[in-house]
Amino acid sequence: MTMTTPLTPVLTAHWDEPDSYTLDGYQRHGGYTSLSQAFALGPGPVIDLIKESGLRGRGGAGFPTGMKWSFVPQGDGKPHYLVVNGDESEPGACKDIPLMLANPHALIEGMIIASFAIRANHAFVYIRGEVPHVIRRMRAAVKQAHDAGYLGRDILGSGFDLDIVVTCGAGAYICGEETALLSSLEGFRGHPRLKPPFPAVAGLYSCPTVVNNVETISSVPYIVRNGASWYNFFGTVKSPGIKLFAVSGHVNNPGIFEAPLGITMRELLDYAGGIRDGHELKFWLPGGSSVPVLTPEHLDVPMTYEDMVAAGTMLGTATAMVFDETVSVVRAIAGWLAFYKHESCGKCTPCREGTWWMHQLAQDFVAGKATEEDLTKLEDICSNILGRSFCALGDAAATPYPGALKYFRGEFEQGTHTPAAGLFDEQASIVFEEVRAK
Amino acid sequence: MAIAEETKAELAEIAARYPRARSGIVPMLHLVQSVEGYVSQEGMQAVAGVLDLTVAEVAAVATFYTMFKMRPVGEHHVAVCVNPQCGILGGDRIWEVLSDELGVGNGGTTDDGKVTLERIECQAACTNAPVMTADWEFLDNMTVERARDIVSRLRAGDPVQSTRGPLIRSFKATARSLSGIEDDGLADQGGNNATDEMLAGLRVAQARGMVSPDGRSSNRSDSESGRVK
Repeated sequence: MTMTTPLTPVLTAHWDEPDSYTLDGYQRHGGYTSLSQAFALGPGPVIDLIKESGLRGRGGAGFPTGMKWSFVPQGDGKPHYLVVNGDESEPGACKDIPLMLANPHALIEGMIIASFAIRANHAFVYIRGEVPHVIRRMRAAVKQAHDAGYLGRDILGSGFDLDIVVTCGAGAYICGEETALLSSLEGFRGHPRLKPPFPAVAGLYSCPTVVNNVETISSVPYIVRNGASWYNFFGTVKSPGIKLFAVSGHVNNPGIFEAPLGITMRELLDYAGGIRDGHELKFWLPGGSSVPVLTPEHLDVPMTYEDMVAAGTMLGTATAMVFDETVSVVRAIAGWLAFYKHESCGKCTPCREGTWWMHQLAQDFVAGKATEEDLTKLEDICSNILGRSFCALGDAAATPYPGALKYFRGEFEQGTHTPAAGLFDEQASIVFEEVRAK
Repeated sequence: MAIAEETKAELAEIAARYPRARSGIVPMLHLVQSVEGYVSQEGMQAVAGVLDLTVAEVAAVATFYTMFKMRPVGEHHVAVCVNPQCGILGGDRIWEVLSDELGVGNGGTTDDGKVTLERIECQAACTNAPVMTADWEFLDNMTVERARDIVSRLRAGDPVQSTRGPLIRSFKATARSLSGIEDDGLADQGGNNATDEMLAGLRVAQARGMVSPDGRSSNRSDSESGRVK
């Protein structure tokens, strides 16, 4: 018998206290005590500590955080910036928004430490515009932190100055891509830029900039407080630490589950109360619509960056979407392709044109009007987008179809003669009783 | 409606918060939208004036972002998430019903000018699917009946409470909040807004005796861990 992986609430540990979002609620549990530790260490050793902890970017890419910080040149005479990516918009991703609502001060404390480490005196939180309550919550928390002396001039007598501006987007998935976010923050259309140069060298206003995800930065104070070896004790050697997982969809108790990397989907499903009663798992996506689908046979794959790649997918945001046997894969894929078409920024031709073609073909599969030829045509379009656009949105758009085709080819073949609505009862997928009863 | 001098002063105030003024353009456009219920030509002129840009440069930005509306929006903006997770779990059905009953399509406004209906993509609340928003405030775990009730209340001027946020005000009021020009005093609404879904993992951990490993915050256990090395 293998031991199950226990949950490890850290960022979420006090969400059952209604004032967890306030300065008092945060300080009651050690909040802001890591600042003096970080200031005593100095910038270089703080970066070393984060490197040693093994913390990797929690926005999806999993790039080592300490290494990213160390790429910022020192003594270059230019201003440095920290930009926190709070644009959470990936379909399925629902962790940063709750985190900022319930524990905004962890993000602020992490931003102070990160800014100190990379020697930035100006930091931004860029939050998607569609969540006004999260934006006002963050702004209020920044004000509280400022009034308490944790922001502004000479923080806690350290000589370090920092101002944080909470700013917002206005409805554009692409702005979650770091270079598009920087374009948006500079006041332009949210178009991605070619890398290199990477933001660490030429980011905001062409100055050295670190762009990190909300969860990544929020983890920093806990690591500084408890030590690198405390953090990398959890997880695996290559994917150390603790992560916010989410399970949404056809489960009995969907929600947020904070656990060490390496937990399996079988364990998470158990914590989420299992697949809704009377149904069985059909397919799931470990971290957003931009990662290939998996099936019940993958339930025991450890949820780490490496193991998910080995299984033919990606960990992504680690916010899993779960669908039962009532759901047409073709319908779901067509929905995500509609999303990428809607969100393509239009800069690169393969993505701009290809996403429209893909969506058109996908609609034919849903309607049962596709041809045998369309099966390969759709694959061709995907391979012509993949790797041929400036940013990862194009790659993401090219991901859902080939991934689903691998396991559910038969369903796409059925799309050449039978509409998805004739094969699956859409009403049966609905989770509220009142409609299903009709 | 002309953009008042007072608004222009507020636009300048927002621009001044950034190392480079142009960085304020998105919040500034939210402010413009809060005045007229959409981003008008005059609104863009006002932003261009403050930032010393051409109107074309401002329009290029304004038209990129879906939250900026080029036509007047109703008193309330009601949005239904139709991204696959929400759509399949019931969002598509909610959309059909609301669209049918209100007699408006995507982006359409009811004859009484009360409600503009929009199909939206993922709202980062998938654990609470199906999700809607009213004036961009969260309405979690929606059903057709709840959606109907909310819309009829909004049209009648009756109070509607966001599930993770304040009482619904208006599209314009939210736009003003987003601009950040002043504290709207609503940041404390709903405590920490922890839904059952946000607490799901913590409750399992508590019920099964799994302790928080954060040394400072509770009884750290040195023997128990999630070690899977």
